Formats: sequence, structure tokens, C-alpha cells
Amino acid sequence: MSFVIIPREKATPLLNFMILISSLCAGLLAVGIVFLLKGVNPFFAIHEIFRASFGSFFGFKETLTKAVPLILIGSGLALAYKAKFWNIGAESQLLVGAIFGTWIGLNWGPSLPGFIILPLMFAGGFIGGGLWGLLPAIFKIKFGINEVISTLMLNYIAAEFVKFLVVGPWKGKTKYGYPYTDDLPAQAVLQHMGNSRVSLVLIILAVCVALFLAFLVFRTRFGYEIRVIGENPEAARYAGINFFRTTLIMMFIGGGVAGLAGVGELSSIHLHLSYPETISAGYGFTAIIVAWLGRLHPGFTIFSGLFFAGIIVGGDAIQMSMGMPATTVNVFNGLILIFLIMGDFFINHKVRYQRRVS
Amino acid sequence: MLEILTSILVRTVVAGTPLLLGTMGEVVTERAGILNLGIEGMMSFGAVTGFIVTFTTGNPWLGMMAAIIAGALISLIHAFVTVSLRANQVVSGLALTMLGIGLSGLWGKPYIGRPLSVKMHAIEIPFLSKIPILGKVLFYQDAYFYLSVGLGILVWFVMKHTKVGITVRSVGENPKAAETMGINVTMVKYLCVMIGGAFAGMAGAHLSTAYSKSWIEGMTSGRGWIVIALTIFALWEPSKAFIGAYVFGGIFVIQYVLQPLGISPNLLAMLPYLTTLGVLLFYGLSSKGQRKMSAPATLGEPYIRGSR
Repeated sequence: MSFVIIPREKATPLLNFMILISSLCAGLLAVGIVFLLKGVNPFFAIHEIFRASFGSFFGFKETLTKAVPLILIGSGLALAYKAKFWNIGAESQLLVGAIFGTWIGLNWGPSLPGFIILPLMFAGGFIGGGLWGLLPAIFKIKFGINEVISTLMLNYIAAEFVKFLVVGPWKGKTKYGYPYTDDLPAQAVLQHMGNSRVSLVLIILAVCVALFLAFLVFRTRFGYEIRVIGENPEAARYAGINFFRTTLIMMFIGGGVAGLAGVGELSSIHLHLSYPETISAGYGFTAIIVAWLGRLHPGFTIFSGLFFAGIIVGGDAIQMSMGMPATTVNVFNGLILIFLIMGDFFINHKVRYQRRVS
Repeated sequence: MLEILTSILVRTVVAGTPLLLGTMGEVVTERAGILNLGIEGMMSFGAVTGFIVTFTTGNPWLGMMAAIIAGALISLIHAFVTVSLRANQVVSGLALTMLGIGLSGLWGKPYIGRPLSVKMHAIEIPFLSKIPILGKVLFYQDAYFYLSVGLGILVWFVMKHTKVGITVRSVGENPKAAETMGINVTMVKYLCVMIGGAFAGMAGAHLSTAYSKSWIEGMTSGRGWIVIALTIFALWEPSKAFIGAYVFGGIFVIQYVLQPLGISPNLLAMLPYLTTLGVLLFYGLSSKGQRKMSAPATLGEPYIRGSR
């Protein structure tokens, strides 16, 4: 007897979904084993994580807050990954967006009303993140540089630059030695709902961006080009698709939405630029899994973004109550991503059990 | 002046050692057609394992062994997912990085702020260490340095001049042909991924038990990614990896040399990453064709047995 592996033409949506859920469960099981090795009751830990993030009204408000950057970035990454452009640099595209937003907010904010300054900041953040996202696209198409390496190097460079700004030239005059810029003027700050950190504007923005990108990928010629480049670059070349132009536009949008996330964090949560680890809690990396779990469908990242926001909030909670380090979230991310790509094998292949004929 | 130069060179060689180890491993892995972007995670995992074992046993050699085994074991995940399950190698490598960094943070937490009482100490080679400048640089270093050079030469020799090397390369160039020659492609790929993991683990232990003697989260600080860039600069040739590793070692050291000049430490910290990009850009301008020729032909592609 043996197993035979046959390629599968196309999996039905139901099968797709079932495999996705099974991969997620297997991933959580693996996380449980890691907790067990650490001497923590895995059921308790995982229960705690979901109770903290989805089980209470207070927790859910935090989950919503953290879902915004994940959905924004994740839907942009889904766009790039559809074209098999492995942008790992969303973390720094977010930071550059925040830098642009800070400059606009601090310099023009005091003299402009909110309904002008806020859109200006977001537009600036989009352009900043987008320009930073263009670099790896140019490097790849014109110089043949692997985008994984260039986006990562750009991450380190932007993070050091932000540190340079907040301890150096942009250090706030009102901040007495802390590595922050001055706070944004009141009109450049987003309003929160009731007694929370949730900004309705940001949630609407994130959902609209995800839906718009989904429309772009599946309903426009540009989206069609992206998909052909990803699935069959040879065919794309024959079809006369302009790789350079399409990749540039795609990365400008992808980087731009990460920049929006940066301005969102800035004008809703932090109100000033500070150390890069503070501005972004690894959203650029977590969003990679958000995109993957959303099966590279920008619209689905709304759900996967919410799920991973819950993991971050829950992770923070058990970090405090059980003394787990902040990187515990990385264990989650890594294991779940590994099981998700393992699941892809069963989406793309049929495994049949066969009795050997004697 | 001579003393300053000597000290710079000594530190350059020390900083280049983990890069050399990592690059040798990645060259072997990529030669077999597997791209492993998980170096940063495996290095971090090796660093924490090496540190904990050295901390508990008081023996840095055991720490080194443990780190090598840990690196090889964690790389098995990548081998299984990409070779057996034919998954996307880029995403699998990223997942491995996240996992490696996460696990090392989790296991290393109790050891933060508790330095080792012993670290891998320098071994003085009699007579040779008395040569001016070079003696201190090449013959008065810790065991990691001697081992990295020895292993580097071994990898170069095996890959270039032995049947084993040809086997590995043929698996990366044309697995189909290799299979018809009776080579077990799957096994070769698994082994090469594990060799890469072992090297990365060893590089990590160098950071935590020789370069410094404490465990800090994020202590690999992008070295794993620089290793991947170095593999490209080296055109997948072990001999050229030596040059790349020490040049980049030097760049890590130059940061500290330039600091007294009043340049912002944050801007100086960008140097290794800016240089990596700069060198890649320069390469892109000058040798796009040559690089295409040098890269293993099936790098990053899954191999499906019996397919056409």
C-alpha cells in the first residue's frame, strides 16, 4: 500500500475553506505544544488569548483598533503577493508614511482646520509610503535585486532614520529629553468613539481600502495584469504586459496603504512620532500572514486582519498576566504561517491511499 | 596608529565570522536549489540555544554543539515544507524567521541580563601570533574563527573538487537528470538545508558566547538577511564568500570607529544595510548576466518527482 499524490485542478470554495480552518486549528495545536513545553497549560493560554481579545467589550475595542493597520497593510500586501512580488517592507512603508504625516501635521496643522489638515496628512502618508514602496520595485525590475532583501534593508534604514529624527532634529521642544516629536495640534488628531481608542474614520477607511483593492484585483484590467504576472510571467510577456509600469503602480499603492496605516497610528494613537517599535508593533510582518490567511484576496483581509488583531491583543494580555515575552506573538505568527502553507499542499494536490496490486 | 589598525582588523575578523559561517551554509543550501530565507531565525535560535547550554554547563564547546544541532533541527521544518510539501520557499523561510525569533525570545527570557561566567576564549597559536599585525589578527582568535575558516575551506573543496559537490550542484541545476543518475534528490535537498541550518546555528552561538557573552533579544540584528545578500555577491562560490564576509565585518566595525567624529550613531547604524543595497545595485548594473548564469538553475522551484 502507498499514497499517491495527484495535482488538483481547482479546489472548490468549500474545500478551500475547510483546509484553511484545519490549517488554522493545526497551527493553534502546535502553539499549544510550545506552551506545554514552557510549562503553561495550553488550553488555558489559548483560552486567555481569545477571551482577552474577543471575549469582552473592552478587549474587542482594542482588537478593532489593532485590526485597522493590519487590514490596510494586509490588503496592500495581498495585491503585491498576487503578482509574486514579495514585499516584506510594509513595516518601513508604514514608518515613512508616519514621517510624512508628522511633518505635515506639525508644520501646517496649527494654521489649518481639521477637515483640511487630516486629509492632507493621510495624502502625504500615502505618497510617502508609496514612494518608499517604489524603491524595491525599481531595484527589482531595473537592477534585478531580490525584493525580499531590498525591502528588508529598507526596513532597517527607515527605522534608524526615524530614531535619528526623534532624538535629533525633530526632537520635541516640549518633551524634556524623551525621544518624541512634539504632539500634533488638536485639529490633526482623530476623534475616538466614546471611551475607547477606536476611530470610526479609520475603520471605515480600512474596510473601504480593502474592498477597493479587491475590486482592483478582480474587476479591472490592471488587476488582471497583476494576476497574470504572478501566475504566468511568460504569458504576461507575450501578452505585452508592461512589467515595470504594473509593478510600479502596484507597489505605489501597496506602500501607500501602509503609509495610511502609519498616519492612522500617528493621528489616532500616538499623537507624536517616537521610536519605530512604538509606532508599529510589527504590523508590517504580521500583515504578511494576514494576507496569506486571507488567501491573497484583499477583501478577505478584513476578517483575517481582525483575527490577527485579536491574537496581538490576546498575546499582550497573556504577556502581562503570565510573564511571556513580547515575541510570543512571533511564535504564533510563524507556526500559523507554516501550517497555512502546508495546507496549500492539500489545496493543490489530492492524496489518495492506494493498495499495492501484487 | 599601528595599534588602532590592528584592533580594527581584529574586530573586523571577529564581526565577519558569523557572516562567513552563515554564508557558507546558505551557499550549500542554495546550490541544492533551495532558497532558505530563515537564516535570521535559525541564527537567533542557535544563539539562544548556545547561550543556555553554555550558561548551564559552563562549557562553551557544548554550547556550540547544541547550537549546531538546534540550527539543523529547526531547518528541518523548512526542508519538510518546501521539499516534501513543495510549498513556496519564500513564505516558508519568512515563517521560519518569525518562529526562530519567537522561540528564542520565549526560551531566552529568563537569561536576559545574566552574562556568562565563561565565554569562548582566544587561542594563541605559538610563534605565528608574534608576527606584527597579522599575528594578532589571524593567530590569536577564538575557536569560532579557526573553525569558520577551516569549514569554509572544506566547503570550498567539497563543492569544487569532489563528487559530493557535483552531486549537490546537479540537484540544484537539473534535478531531473540527477534523479536519472540514481541520486536521491529529496535526500540531498534535505541534507543541504540541514547543513545550512547547522551553519546558521553555529553563527548564532558565536554571537552569544564568543562575540559577546550575553543573550539579548534581536541580537542577530539583520545579519541573517545580510548573509542572504552575501550569498548573491559571492555568486554562490564559497571562495568569494570569504571576501564578502570580511568586507561586511569591516563595515560593522567602521560604525564604531567613526562614532567619535560626531556623526549620529543612528545614521552610522544604517551603514551595513545601505552598503548591502549599494553593492547589490552596483552588481545589478555590472553583472546581471553573470549573476543569472551563476545562480543555481532551479533555485526556489519545487521539484516534483516524475514530472516533465
